[in-house]
Amino acid sequence: MDIQPILAALRKHRIPAILIVLEIALACAVLCNAVFMIGQRIGEINLPNAIDEQGISDIRVLGTDPKLASDDVPRNLAALRQIPGVTAAAVINTMPLTNNGWNSNVSTQPQEVMEKDSPNVATYLFTAGGEQALGLRLLRGRFFTAEEYADSKLGDSFIPTTHVTLVTQSLAERLWPGQDALGKQVWVGKDYHFTVVGVIADVLRPNQNGEGLAAFHWSMFLPLSPAGYLNDYIVRSAPRDRARVTDAAKQKLAGLSPNAVVKGQTFSETRDKFFADTRSMVWMLVLVCVVMLAVTAFGIVGLTSFWVGQRRRQIGIRRAVGATRAHIMQYFQTENFLLSSAGVAAGMILAFGINLYLMQHYQMLRMPWYYLPASAIALWVLGQLAVLGPALRAANVPPVVATRGV
Amino acid sequence: MLGYYIDLALGNLKRTPVLTALMVLAIGLGIGASMTMLTVLHVMTEDPLPARSAYLYTPHLDPLPVKFKTDPMGTNPNQNLTWPDAMALLNAHRGVQQAAMAGGNVLVWPQRTDLQPFYVDGRYTTHAFFAMFGVPFIKGSGWTAADDQASAHVVVLAEALAHKLFGTGDAVGKTVRLGTFDYRVIGVTTDWAPKPLFYADASASFYSDADQFFLPLSDVLDSKQRDGDLRISGNVSGWSDFNGNMRDPSTTWIQFWVQLDTPAQVSAYRQFLVDYSAEQKSLGRYQRPPTNAKLYSLMGWLRHENLVPDDVRLQFWLAIGFLGVAMLNIVALLLAKFLRRSGEISVRRAMGARKRDIFVQFGIESALVGVAGGLLGLGIAQIGLWSIRQRPDDYAHLAAMDPSMLFGTVVLAIVASVAAGMLPAWRACRVPPALQLKTQ
Repeated sequence: MDIQPILAALRKHRIPAILIVLEIALACAVLCNAVFMIGQRIGEINLPNAIDEQGISDIRVLGTDPKLASDDVPRNLAALRQIPGVTAAAVINTMPLTNNGWNSNVSTQPQEVMEKDSPNVATYLFTAGGEQALGLRLLRGRFFTAEEYADSKLGDSFIPTTHVTLVTQSLAERLWPGQDALGKQVWVGKDYHFTVVGVIADVLRPNQNGEGLAAFHWSMFLPLSPAGYLNDYIVRSAPRDRARVTDAAKQKLAGLSPNAVVKGQTFSETRDKFFADTRSMVWMLVLVCVVMLAVTAFGIVGLTSFWVGQRRRQIGIRRAVGATRAHIMQYFQTENFLLSSAGVAAGMILAFGINLYLMQHYQMLRMPWYYLPASAIALWVLGQLAVLGPALRAANVPPVVATRGV
Repeated sequence: MLGYYIDLALGNLKRTPVLTALMVLAIGLGIGASMTMLTVLHVMTEDPLPARSAYLYTPHLDPLPVKFKTDPMGTNPNQNLTWPDAMALLNAHRGVQQAAMAGGNVLVWPQRTDLQPFYVDGRYTTHAFFAMFGVPFIKGSGWTAADDQASAHVVVLAEALAHKLFGTGDAVGKTVRLGTFDYRVIGVTTDWAPKPLFYADASASFYSDADQFFLPLSDVLDSKQRDGDLRISGNVSGWSDFNGNMRDPSTTWIQFWVQLDTPAQVSAYRQFLVDYSAEQKSLGRYQRPPTNAKLYSLMGWLRHENLVPDDVRLQFWLAIGFLGVAMLNIVALLLAKFLRRSGEISVRRAMGARKRDIFVQFGIESALVGVAGGLLGLGIAQIGLWSIRQRPDDYAHLAAMDPSMLFGTVVLAIVASVAAGMLPAWRACRVPPALQLKTQ
């Protein structure tokens, strides 16, 4: 196809052509960045979390006397284990994704003040059986022993007196890159240190902190004997029993502590609640992309339809002197291809610029290069689909039009 | 003449109904989306206390050790004050009024037998809080400086909580059990909650939290009470080992606000903060430069806290980008449409119409598209705001248009449509009369 006549014709309609190119460019730039943001957020929603998410319920009991905890907790756990369908139960200080964080800055050596470069880590404290109740996955080393649970008490500092810990794989890699974490020491301040006895698959923390997505997996687990401040009862069952078990556990605990405030939810609910904002943002972005592509397509349809109408006579003349329908269709398709190409070329530069700006001013990552050609192809396809209707109408112009006056 | 042009424009628009509908829909969606996000930004950045905000300031000190790791993006311990620093500022009485405060969460034991114990959110503060922020009382009043000193067991309730505990009867003078002790109700306020809750700690939900009770700050120091569930609900952070003592000089958890009426008082207070920091440094408590001490105005502090989430800003820019796409679309379509009628324009020009007449005629046609699009946009913005109100975000329930935003939508619609119609109308009026006649 010879593109010279097309360019000559576009030069005649310079301003509408430039406008449609600009529209495609802007659509391309917004699309690239919006799709990238959607991808990032979906990645966040699907972050791995190596606990039994489908089988756990979390019953929170607040308002009990912490001094009675050493009697209350074993009694409550025994009652929970009697519920049919319950496979494990334990009590923990806080659960992943509950926005109720117990965080400490840790180091590989003792430190007088918390120094730069000491990662902020979520601390989970649970009683015997906690690893089964959560369904933690051990990668190396071992879980805690019965003596380690029994020897660990909670002081005023909110740090247990134990000297052993489990760390997540991500935290182990952060603290001792490329080394075996087993047997190493984790320090909190200058007085507390813990020997790593096991490395477990990544578990999410209760809340995201300012250190980015990587830090979302920095968690450590400590054993603890029944103590006050442990309010979350983890009850594990088969997924199909869970709804019933949650209700039964809630009733049982409310019955045992009549003055307490008892709330229960399945972990799936916890997760949904935590990511509700993110999910609504994803839908918003999807909506914007769809509507914007639709508007762009309508623009192309509208403009090409007008050009077809305007050129009916010329099309008739071309048909009369021997052009086939396919030639006429190709003309409009090629014209659209040229406009789209100019648009996506400008759009890719703009998209890259917007990404750079967002990286500077917002917590945004660099967009991988393949987003640019992918959105270019999307707009090419969109343009060709949009032009199809008007081009077919153009191809249907009969040659006899050439002989009539306008 | 104007009526005739409008008739002409309507006729022309009717001749291409699908195209006209598409143009109106595009500009409507563009305006609807951008007004939705603009309204959200507007309500999120509003002044929480319009009458008082100009006189309210919050001092910030920097007691952190030099080596301490601070996070430029996150919250740092020096965002709040330690107990010793807060008491020093409070007792210096350098402002017209001043109050220290912290967020709280307490277990309430109702006397009514039909109510289970429950937790409520509120604030621990000092006596000047009520007068300084202008908290409206329905009955009774706040407590005195002497009550602060004595950690008196007195409480001020918000109307909703008073109603929940005591029904419609008078709550003042009654007793309510909070945690381990009984408290005497000395005042009931309206359900007062500035949006955003500017004085709250960075961990708060600024747009949905409201204080249900107010207790003397010194009550929370009693560790027996803290175990019995007088909890602090904000960030408690420190830079050396915490032993559970809230008076610890390296543990921050208190917010502080001061009223300063004149610029002279403001600069004097700034100097006071620097002098205080220098004194603490010479005593060896502080390590960082005394000039790190800052005094923020209320609106300045909200800007510094950057309460508007990044997501909302991004959505705003997306909406603006979308409006741009819609406008480009309309300019291109109108231009093509107008120039197709070059023949008609030439005839009118040849028969004596001035360029200006042509411009007005076609301008009116594009303005009609704009007005229709604007009306549609207003409707779409209402739907957009409604859908935001259904969202789980903290600010969602505030998303509604006030008169100024309604007016702004209309202005935006007119500006956008006139801007979009300008170029096509200008091109149309430049069609030369004779040439077009010849070629036809």
